[in-house]
Amino acid sequence: MLKEKDKIFKNLYGFEDWKLEGAKKRGIWSNTKELIKMGSEKIVEEIKNSQLRGRGGAGFPAGLKWSFMPKDSGKDHYLVVNADESEPGTCKDREIMRNDPHLLLEGCLVAAFAMHAHTCYIYIRGEYYSESSNLQKAIDEAYANNLIGKNACGTGWDFDIYLHRGAGAYICGEETALLESLEGKKGQPRLKPPFPAGAGLYGCPTTVTNVETVAVSPTILRRGSKWFADLGSANNTGTKIFSISGHVNNPCNVEEEMGIPLKELIEKHAGGVIGGWENLLAVIPGGASVPLLPKSICDTVKMDFDSLKEVQSGLGTAAVIVMNKSTDIVEAIARLSHFYKHESCGQCTPCREGTGWMYRMMEKMIHGNVEHQDIDKILDVTKQIEGHTICALGDAAAWPIQGLFRHFRPEIEKRIQERNRRVA
Amino acid sequence: MHHPGTNNKVYKKINDNFEWSSENFKKISEIIKKYPSNRIQSAVIPLLDLAQRQNNGWLSKNSMEKVAETLSMSYIRVLEVATFYSMFNLEPIGKNFVQICRTTPCWLRGSDKLSKVAKEVCETNIGETSDDEVFTVVEVECLGACCNAPMVQINDDYYEDLDEESFKKILQDLKDNKSIKVGSQIGRKSSQPERKFDA
Repeated sequence: MLKEKDKIFKNLYGFEDWKLEGAKKRGIWSNTKELIKMGSEKIVEEIKNSQLRGRGGAGFPAGLKWSFMPKDSGKDHYLVVNADESEPGTCKDREIMRNDPHLLLEGCLVAAFAMHAHTCYIYIRGEYYSESSNLQKAIDEAYANNLIGKNACGTGWDFDIYLHRGAGAYICGEETALLESLEGKKGQPRLKPPFPAGAGLYGCPTTVTNVETVAVSPTILRRGSKWFADLGSANNTGTKIFSISGHVNNPCNVEEEMGIPLKELIEKHAGGVIGGWENLLAVIPGGASVPLLPKSICDTVKMDFDSLKEVQSGLGTAAVIVMNKSTDIVEAIARLSHFYKHESCGQCTPCREGTGWMYRMMEKMIHGNVEHQDIDKILDVTKQIEGHTICALGDAAAWPIQGLFRHFRPEIEKRIQERNRRVA
Repeated sequence: MHHPGTNNKVYKKINDNFEWSSENFKKISEIIKKYPSNRIQSAVIPLLDLAQRQNNGWLSKNSMEKVAETLSMSYIRVLEVATFYSMFNLEPIGKNFVQICRTTPCWLRGSDKLSKVAKEVCETNIGETSDDEVFTVVEVECLGACCNAPMVQINDDYYEDLDEESFKKILQDLKDNKSIKVGSQIGRKSSQPERKFDA
């Protein structure tokens, strides 16, 4: 279990003051100038050494991503913080932004300095109204106290942070769709390459990164990359905020060490599964996009990128959706299919047409109203969508269905048989 | 499932001319400063949001044309943004815009019961506006408050940790023009693990 002193998010639940005064008491903005004085190369080096992996879902090494930014491009550089938190099950960035916004702002300064950016846009989902108002107040406070703006923190570095509210589109969490949206267009993902580090916002070098990744970086620099790397295991280091929702007694966000066993996470922090561990049916371990895990795997699996990949799932955003035996597992996945159908941007044919078709099939499967061979047909379609679209939404729509049939195929076959019997 | 924000048609009724209020006009100059001077199209989402707030929660053709004119964009570019994002309503809505989250984490904790309650109390179907125009009730996809499920958004605010009873009370109070408590309905501080508190 993570020790209190190793927690990065000391005000996750908002028991303390979120404003500047409270933030300073928690050590935020305390020696930012010294962190900046390390120089951009050293900062990137430290983040690399900490083995911090992006917290937005893909788990890409953060230090490496930061190092892709060109040193001298002659153009403006941008840092864009992805606060368009919309992955079903995930509600961690929300807590950071409303309860500890200065942690994020300090991270923005450090990260932007490391990637030679004078401007940062925070793209927050439009529905987060009170969160964006807290964040805006924090930005105003930071400007008023010269922590950001001209000569930020007395470092000689000019740095602006602007808050930009979205307007309700899951796809804008995809980095290039987010950039399109920020440029005032429909949020449809761009073809890559060029990657944002080469040509991103307004055609300039840009790095898009998740709220949590940015928010942890000043603490890593303060306490040293070794401290962070010693938590968790190699390649899966540090702490992570887990969002535990669904059929648990106490759904909550909690910061824990990477690699904590799933069972321990649920029982220690979320008050256990409703009806006891034996009543567990399945868990979606990393937000709606990753395949579910049946109880047999949940018994032993560890919550980190590599362990979950080994069991053909993923850590994603670390949003743990727990389902007990009262759940209609087919409807649970059908609802996710409806989500992806609703959120497909309509740009690529396999996704636009496929998500709708898969949803209609899944709806029928709830009642067993399909033929046995339709199971193989829907799996075949998921394979044809996966990897054949510009962005990963197609994959994300396909994986939950693949996961369902990997572990619960007999359940659906049973429903088909029962229905056939009823009809006959 | 009908939702005024996923509707792709421009509302037919021609309403009165749309002009920015002086307060919003000031806000616009602040918003535009956030973006490079040759990139003010970036402000289209914030401006549509302002226009929608000024226009009782929905975007008329005139208001979208105003946004286009303000940002020197063609109308079609504004319309395609307005139709793409689900928060822009293209038809009139009631005074209280009730959005019930229906995605799996909320559904697991009983969001479909909330829909039933809303239908009864608001006397309208999902996706429709009540006859007295006090409520528009819709089901929406994940609103990102899964640890406080089930939850609904009414206008700008989130109402969390609901059950049938507390949701019924909220809607009834809105109907009676009483003030209601925002956030968790069981007194929880954001998404803390504890759910039981000493009085």
